[in-house]
Amino acid sequence: MSGGDLTYVTDAMRAVRGEWGETRTAPPITQTDIRRWAIATFYPEKPPPIYWDPEYAAATRWGGIIAPPDFNPFAWSFERGPFSTVSMRGQRPDGSRLSGMNGGQTDTYGVPMRAGDVISERSRLLDWWEREGRLGHTLFVKSEIEWRNQNDEHVRTRLAIGIRF
Amino acid sequence: MSVGFKDIQVGDRLPEWSRKTSFPEWNRYAAVNHEFVPFHMDDEAGCQVGNAQGAFGMGNLRYAYIVNALRDWIGDEGIVREVGCQYRALNQKDDVLTVVGEVTEKTRAQGEQRVRLDINVVNQDGLRGCPGHAVVVLP
Repeated sequence: MSGGDLTYVTDAMRAVRGEWGETRTAPPITQTDIRRWAIATFYPEKPPPIYWDPEYAAATRWGGIIAPPDFNPFAWSFERGPFSTVSMRGQRPDGSRLSGMNGGQTDTYGVPMRAGDVISERSRLLDWWEREGRLGHTLFVKSEIEWRNQNDEHVRTRLAIGIRF
Repeated sequence: MSVGFKDIQVGDRLPEWSRKTSFPEWNRYAAVNHEFVPFHMDDEAGCQVGNAQGAFGMGNLRYAYIVNALRDWIGDEGIVREVGCQYRALNQKDDVLTVVGEVTEKTRAQGEQRVRLDINVVNQDGLRGCPGHAVVVLP
């Protein structure tokens, strides 16, 4: 297979296009998770106290520590994300695994995440396209990932572009 | 410190927010995001995916820098409502990344005072490798 015939799109991808997958749930967020995230992403500067100082945070509009908007409660989950599966990633015609890279995202945020929150996620494959690029034949996968907290409040919706090559 | 909706005008610029990035920053981010991808950690793996300079930084960390720059600007009374960006250039070792932004619109919607910005992350050579946008809510 070569040229215009080459595709990394699988029947599994076609089968799930537009369909919400199973929900997965992250471990409860801890204050330490939030503090470490903020330290890492503000490094080498000290992060704002809203992310680590309970007394300071209590006096703000939020009434307590909140997580940075980009905090990922699924980072150290035992349960792997949906994008590790062939139905969301594509594969080479010989069945071998593709490399992946992040192409970008748009996140819309609802309520902030806090210590004790339990975030649930569902996701779906929206669209894809392929082209020849610097990395050779490349598959771009557009997906939607929705997060809600234990009170069914909207936390985040992400429209993401995955690059597979 | 928080900025107010009435104080903002279209054309205003986001205060610049910079970080020099290399393994100390990438490894910390890998640790909190469980993002132990070989091409972010190992020069040989970076070369194998076409980057002659070796290992390169995470897109998600540049995204975090955008969020942090917005947060430092709006303070604790503001809300980051939306952030979007594309990763069009790689974050190479020792790059000095600066988040830049310009206000493009002020609106009132769904009971919120919203400010929209064009955003980018620029390296020390002026390469604008991360075009995007943001919406913040201001008091």
